[in-house]
Amino acid sequence: MNRKNELTIRGTKNGLVINLPDVGELDDLLSQLKTRLHATASFFRGGRVALQVGTRDLSKEDLERIGGILDEEGVSLWSVFGKSELTQSAAREWGLETDPFEQEMPRKPDYTERQSVMDYSNQPGASAILIRRTLRSGQRVVHPGDVTLIGDVNPGAEIVAGGSIVVWGKLRGTAHAGASGDDGAVVCALSLYPTQLRIGNYITRSPEGSPTPVRMPEIASVQGEKIVAEPWSGA
Amino acid sequence: MSVQVVTITSGKGGVGKTTTAANLGVSLALLGKRVVCIDTDIGLRNLDVVMGLENRIVYDLVDVVEGNCRLRQAMIKDKRLSELYLLPAAQTRDKTAVGPDDMVALCAQMKDDFDYILIDSPAGIEQGFRNALAPADRVLIVTTPEVSAVRDADRIIGLVEAAEKPSPKLIINRIRPEMVDRGDMLSTVDIIEILAIDLIGIVPDDEDIIVSTNRGVPVAFENNSSAGTAFRNIARRIEGEEVPFMALKDQAGFFKRLVKLVRQG
Repeated sequence: MNRKNELTIRGTKNGLVINLPDVGELDDLLSQLKTRLHATASFFRGGRVALQVGTRDLSKEDLERIGGILDEEGVSLWSVFGKSELTQSAAREWGLETDPFEQEMPRKPDYTERQSVMDYSNQPGASAILIRRTLRSGQRVVHPGDVTLIGDVNPGAEIVAGGSIVVWGKLRGTAHAGASGDDGAVVCALSLYPTQLRIGNYITRSPEGSPTPVRMPEIASVQGEKIVAEPWSGA
Repeated sequence: MSVQVVTITSGKGGVGKTTTAANLGVSLALLGKRVVCIDTDIGLRNLDVVMGLENRIVYDLVDVVEGNCRLRQAMIKDKRLSELYLLPAAQTRDKTAVGPDDMVALCAQMKDDFDYILIDSPAGIEQGFRNALAPADRVLIVTTPEVSAVRDADRIIGLVEAAEKPSPKLIINRIRPEMVDRGDMLSTVDIIEILAIDLIGIVPDDEDIIVSTNRGVPVAFENNSSAGTAFRNIARRIEGEEVPFMALKDQAGFFKRLVKLVRQG
């Protein structure tokens, strides 16, 4: 897929990124952006986003317009990455970050490699939240970043996170990690027996048969083209 | 002691809310308390039938709320117990006829005349449930040992907690010890593991219930009915007495695990 020519909103290791393609009328693209953000408003709200513009020229006014649209949806712009000098200087004038952003997230994460490259301390974008209670049926947590929950997630309850999900308890409801498209997110639980599990674009459910939840910590991630759950035996 | 408003709800329909409300009303009245049972299932009223008072209805809850009659005119005294009253629901209206504020005001009006106001909630999570929950000082959740009922009970507990009511207590109804032993039915421990609230009663599945409902005589009046005994025990626990749970067949070893769970929970 040639990402450069499409308006995309992606979750990556560095937070949310909006890709503004080189071709197309700016007005058109901005109205598309507004519609898409609005459709998933509650999901992105409160988060920070980076704008990737390729070779397009953007003036300070253009950036202000974009900032305004994002503001209305509760999302804030923290940086603009682009090749055009005009765009770079407009961004700097406005006080935004402009470091070149060339590294793309690998589509299929190699789990062992991610371990050694970990440095989430300066992670821009959405923050992580800690929830200390059990989620009952019908209750829902939606958050653009990582979610840690100390308690159980009962059947009928749901966690939707842009990042990874850790349940320090029994996960018996639904969990969707990497919900904005990050297949590298993981789901961990002390007892992993979800009604349904989704990571990025992948979906799976618990194996049929055993009615009693497995009582050992497990971590689920995308490996090959599916979600695999492995016992947690330490880092 | 001031009046206690106790709402009996479940989420799922048909698990025994009305039966519980009627029998707890009778049991508390048998202990000498002044009790009124209010049916908030407007449009699908049943509490009057279960208590055997359906022929005596002149005015109902909606009449009182709309000011068509005085409160005392709508309250029906029980056939057998002089301190037990019923405020029936309307059958020809629906749940939008009454709001949560109406219920709170109604209970405030009654507070000096009664020790307990038992509110029989309708099934569901909409207006009827909200009406029943609004005035509650305490909430009792009724469930049966079935996955669907437990799922709905969990939802309801979430809503009760969100309404900032005190933590509800659980009544497990229609349990069949032989089926639990065979592994064909959820055990008490399984249910509490998910719902994580205190247990206040276990009522065995009992044929007497069907007979009593049809006759309009709640089983709590019968000394030989296991369900009747269970309801009377629940009433005593509501009053603060420590009553050991009835020895149903599946209880061997269950108590140890239950106590452990409750201590952790």
